[in-house]
Amino acid sequence: MTIIKPAVWQKVVWAILALLTLGTLVVLFFIIGYITSKGAGSLTAEFLFGMPERMGKAGGILPTIIATVYLALLAVAIATPLGVGTAVFLTEYTRESALTRVIRFGADALAGVPSIIFGLFGFILFVVRMRMGWSILSGGLSLAFMILPTIIRTSEEAIRAVPHNLREVSLSLGGTRSQTITRVVLPNALPGILTGIILGLGRSVAETAVVIFTAGSSLLIPKSLFDPARTMAVHFYILAREGISMPRAYGTAVLLILSILAINAVAYLLMYRFTRKLR
Amino acid sequence: MMRASKRSGPPAELKTASPLAESKTASPLAESKTASPLAESKTASPLAEKLVEKGLLLVAFSSVAMLFVIAFFIFREGVPLVARVGVWKFISSVDWSPSKGRFGVLPMIVGSLEVTILAVLFGGALGLACSMFLAEFAPKWSVRILKPLIELLAGIPSVVYGFIGVVVLVPWIRSVFGGPGFSVLASAIILGIMILPTVIAISLDAFNAVPSLYKEGSLALGATRWQTLYRVMVPAARSGLIAGLILGMGRAVGETMAVIMVAGNALTMPTSLLQPVRTLTSNIALEMGYASGDHQAALFATGMVLFVIIAILNTMALLAVRKRR
Repeated sequence: MTIIKPAVWQKVVWAILALLTLGTLVVLFFIIGYITSKGAGSLTAEFLFGMPERMGKAGGILPTIIATVYLALLAVAIATPLGVGTAVFLTEYTRESALTRVIRFGADALAGVPSIIFGLFGFILFVVRMRMGWSILSGGLSLAFMILPTIIRTSEEAIRAVPHNLREVSLSLGGTRSQTITRVVLPNALPGILTGIILGLGRSVAETAVVIFTAGSSLLIPKSLFDPARTMAVHFYILAREGISMPRAYGTAVLLILSILAINAVAYLLMYRFTRKLR
Repeated sequence: MMRASKRSGPPAELKTASPLAESKTASPLAESKTASPLAESKTASPLAEKLVEKGLLLVAFSSVAMLFVIAFFIFREGVPLVARVGVWKFISSVDWSPSKGRFGVLPMIVGSLEVTILAVLFGGALGLACSMFLAEFAPKWSVRILKPLIELLAGIPSVVYGFIGVVVLVPWIRSVFGGPGFSVLASAIILGIMILPTVIAISLDAFNAVPSLYKEGSLALGATRWQTLYRVMVPAARSGLIAGLILGMGRAVGETMAVIMVAGNALTMPTSLLQPVRTLTSNIALEMGYASGDHQAALFATGMVLFVIIAILNTMALLAVRKRR
């Protein structure tokens, strides 16, 4: 390399890295583009709001949409109080200590657990031992375990970003610690906390491995927490893997991708505005 | 690792913010909040405050508790079987015939590791190249657009990646290299693509966390941007870059649905990149639906092996990040 002048070498490297970056973006967008172009035509009203017929070979996907919404909302409803509570405790009630290190270790380690493990665990504990069967409840609980670390991390960052003098003002006016938290800190950190919740929602919608073992794959519309259900992701997996109906697989995939991209986009926009506001 | 720096001192961060910004954020509070709630508040008793704190402590332990509960239930199902078969036999036998009561997971361990290492080589190299370009060469406005876009892509469900693998990648491999297409190679490429957003996001953060003085010093000494990048920035960000790669590796090892669709799932020791392969995760997912008794216990034992691998990777990632402090 010594023969090549550094300035020339830099141009070469620039070109290589630019090409690789471009390649990466092309691959990632190809995936979205490919699915969308093949599946967009399937997105008709009768597909979205119709009942599936013959195991999904014909008809629509309404039950899977409903199941996805139920499961994701339940997961978020369970994980949010735990996650935000943990974040409040870590930021407002402790200094860095062995205790916080243990809690953070727990959250970080939980974040690294593969989804299939959550599926196995949810299956054996909720479905089998606690006799909830394949159900919205089993699935929601298992998903809540999975998304908890996301909510903890994002909430913690959001709460930490709330300027310290806001707390001081509240405390100096005679507010107690819990009043300061509920009336000053949390409202100011709300957009950031919401980001974490919405990201958790997105992960729940996208998840397959956990849901297939805990919520089952029934194609009926779930009427209660104890009914089994099939989410869009699971439906797509079954349609594609068993080759039941390719047009419907593509259609389900488009709806799945679009809803997740929309959910995540909202999350990032919220976070963006939140960090701008505090700077 | 971004958090590590933030954690050290919110008050310090505050002081650096401009007074103007502070007064701006403080004013809405002064107008809306202080007037009513605090003035008329019933003074909460110290006892209630203590209760809130204890309650939150309990909540804060939920994730630690969950981790233990998960490990406990997986191991409780799996350990008796492994004890009966023998630990060594379980992880070193190549014979997985549940119906005959023979459980050996070596092909799947090898399959998982092979696919993962290839995926990290491929996705890691590409991801690092991207993050280097975005950190140093790309114009700032494009980074502001591209970074969130890449992070958005992290949300694409794994089944969709797997599906793309089946309809695009597998036929391509079949026609170019021969073989069934469903293979180690296909799995590695799909996983490599899947970990890209993780690797890029974490590496980019690592580069951004390098003090700008380092860069400025190097540039001021007459080094080109590229020399600065690989002689100064990369070494300075090294621990973050490694942590990103290890986290990507963790994602790749644990990924199930995408692999199951493109790997072919044959129960043999993978000897060539073009052969089908079965990973630990896909073994669980494939057979969980109909397994019972010892067979089901063996799948939980497979989960135990996965758990241990992930624990090792996570510890490595933690150590890599900690070294920097």
